[in-house]
Amino acid sequence: MYRSHVMICGGTGCTSSGSDKVAAAFEAEIITTGLDREVKVIRTGCFGLCALGPIVVIYPEGTFYSMVKPEDVAEIVQEHLLKGRPVIRLLYNETVAQDNTIKSLDQTSFYQKQKRIALRNCGVINPENIEEYIAFDGYAALGKALTEMTPDEVIQTVLDSGLRGRGGGGFPTGRKWQLACADRGKVEKYVCCNADEGDPGAFMDRSVLEGDPHCVIEAMAIAGYAIGADQGYVYVRAEYPIAVNRLRTAITQAREYGLLGKNIFGTDFSFDIDIKLGAGAFVCGEETALMTSIEGHRGEPRRRPPFPAKKGLFGRPTILNNVETYANIPQIILKGADWFRSMGTEKSPGTKVFALGGKIKHTGLVEVPMGTTLREIVEEIGGGIPGGKKFKAAQTGGPSGGCIPASLIDTPIDYDNLTAIGSMMGSGGLIVMDEDTCMVDIAKFFLEFTVDESCGKCTPCRVGTKRLLELLEKITSGKGTMRDLERIEELAQFIKENSLCGLGQTAPNPVLSTLQYFREEYLAHIQDKRCPAGVCKALLTYKIDPDKCRGCTLCARACPAGAINGSVRNPHNIDTLKCVKCGACMDTCRFGAISKG
Amino acid sequence: MRHFSTVPFAGTPEQEEQLKSWLDQNKDMPGVVMPALQKAQETYGYLPIEVQRMVAEALGKPLAEIYGVATFYSQFSLAPKGKYRISVCLGTACYVKGSGKIYEKLQEKLGISGGECTPDGKFSLDACRCVGACGLAPVMMVNDDVYGRLTEDDLDGILAKYTD
Repeated sequence: MYRSHVMICGGTGCTSSGSDKVAAAFEAEIITTGLDREVKVIRTGCFGLCALGPIVVIYPEGTFYSMVKPEDVAEIVQEHLLKGRPVIRLLYNETVAQDNTIKSLDQTSFYQKQKRIALRNCGVINPENIEEYIAFDGYAALGKALTEMTPDEVIQTVLDSGLRGRGGGGFPTGRKWQLACADRGKVEKYVCCNADEGDPGAFMDRSVLEGDPHCVIEAMAIAGYAIGADQGYVYVRAEYPIAVNRLRTAITQAREYGLLGKNIFGTDFSFDIDIKLGAGAFVCGEETALMTSIEGHRGEPRRRPPFPAKKGLFGRPTILNNVETYANIPQIILKGADWFRSMGTEKSPGTKVFALGGKIKHTGLVEVPMGTTLREIVEEIGGGIPGGKKFKAAQTGGPSGGCIPASLIDTPIDYDNLTAIGSMMGSGGLIVMDEDTCMVDIAKFFLEFTVDESCGKCTPCRVGTKRLLELLEKITSGKGTMRDLERIEELAQFIKENSLCGLGQTAPNPVLSTLQYFREEYLAHIQDKRCPAGVCKALLTYKIDPDKCRGCTLCARACPAGAINGSVRNPHNIDTLKCVKCGACMDTCRFGAISKG
Repeated sequence: MRHFSTVPFAGTPEQEEQLKSWLDQNKDMPGVVMPALQKAQETYGYLPIEVQRMVAEALGKPLAEIYGVATFYSQFSLAPKGKYRISVCLGTACYVKGSGKIYEKLQEKLGISGGECTPDGKFSLDACRCVGACGLAPVMMVNDDVYGRLTEDDLDGILAKYTD
């Protein structure tokens, strides 16, 4: 028995900010102080508050240390672990009350409104130890399904729960399973997991795999039992080395414990899982493309029908769900459909994990019941926008989604509401933008992404997105006309209606939604040749305010183009014809005399 | 994207042996082409046409098919990478926080464009899509080291760590 547990986040965010070194320092310090029989150091998955990493939580007190550096470790061990006095200055400030008493994490604004189902074990258990997972009801759902339920009852439970695909489409998961359940035991079938999280800015699947890999394995085995498959594949991004390694470890452990392999729980059900590494192609998030890629080909999508439930991987009936979807399954089996339906909205039950990023204080992962408003997520959980700037828009759904303007910030978030306002749930990336973000530039950014990632199989997507991008480039370089706006709308509609797969069908969304809610910004670029956010270089002019300029000559010396002239102690000015708009002058000016606009 | 490198192929017999024995053992695996190319890239660092030919012959598949797969996925590179591979995240969260400028600045400092390698073979520069460390945006990686919360002023210090 250990009297204290030191939980150190070993997720990607914290590892990137140095949590490995912090963990090593704790291990060393605990040995030096002779505490190694009393205190245990555990590397966990993600706590969610990535902005404050590396994060260290010490139990039983549950004190939450943030931004811990290796040089802080000796003090924490000496003061907290030896003498029982938490090091207040290193604690996350929201957990410290005015009188220096320590509040529990559930009372902080970041965690208070969260409800963790998919992330329930992340930051709680050691993901590399199957026994810790089992201690938290792990594999109990698989046991229940195999020994107490028929495959049809499993499917019915998932169906009743109303769980919808968390990867973006929102298709009912139970329905998907039902479509693939015919001819159990007669034909070979596959269960696939989509862990090719390609939406830039979304990292919940990665965090689940890093923090709780066994829950995905368990859920896939349950799915295998439900549809009558004995082989599973996890298609995971090679860019996620920590996730891949933990998943490998987890699969090996599950095999050793007889939870994967032949005759699981003494039944005649056998199931095993292999990992397939992706190689960096966004389109492989589309189900048919993903299967083509597992088969070893160029990951191009194909026409549906036939749907994968009838003819999928290697031509066999296949179901494909995403990581977060699977992470909900064991709890649904254990606690039942009604429990799951008690959270969220009627048409979108349960919770959703969002990756909060961009211009927001608490960047990280949050899991909230469906139907939580964007305002609650941004202002309460996310802590608002740093630097006193104004909220301008939130982007959801990545390159397939849209931008939600401030006027719609009170929209309860679920699948249908997001679609109705021209965005989509996507995998749950939620990027906050402030007044410094140019919406035309953002639309262009997403389109560059789609142009890059279009697989090239169908013309509307391959050529259409490229032409659409060119029109946007025309606008951001100040050469756009009103006719171009009409052409953008026509072309966007055409691409949506005629592309082969989801990538092309949703590619115009970022353009259409910014055009819908931020039309005046497009007009400013076209009619006034001005970028209101000061982002589009071609439309910027730098100016020196003669009243503020002291003639210190710093800017003139910093200018790489020799565009600034003026004599010492006299106001300078910028020759706009020579100016390359690099911004070097503005960065060097000490008097705030230079402005852009 | 440039698919052919001007650097002459300099594979060693050991590398060839390593790749061929892997191919021999695994050639019957379903969907073998991607793992084979991943193994080949791990062995040689990139996938020149000579290596693609080896894979094609060992698997009994047309070179066109191998080339097709190698050029489809962004992780496969047909040109050699630098000793230090820099990738700047241009995912949404990083982009909104100014990683585009970081990327530009690095091109300027290294004197190369994205996707290229410095003439001395030391640094190569690429843009990547989201390493999943969005909480630390903007982020760049040098080989496996991640640098977060970047500003343009950090760049010289980071590059200076990779001098040998």
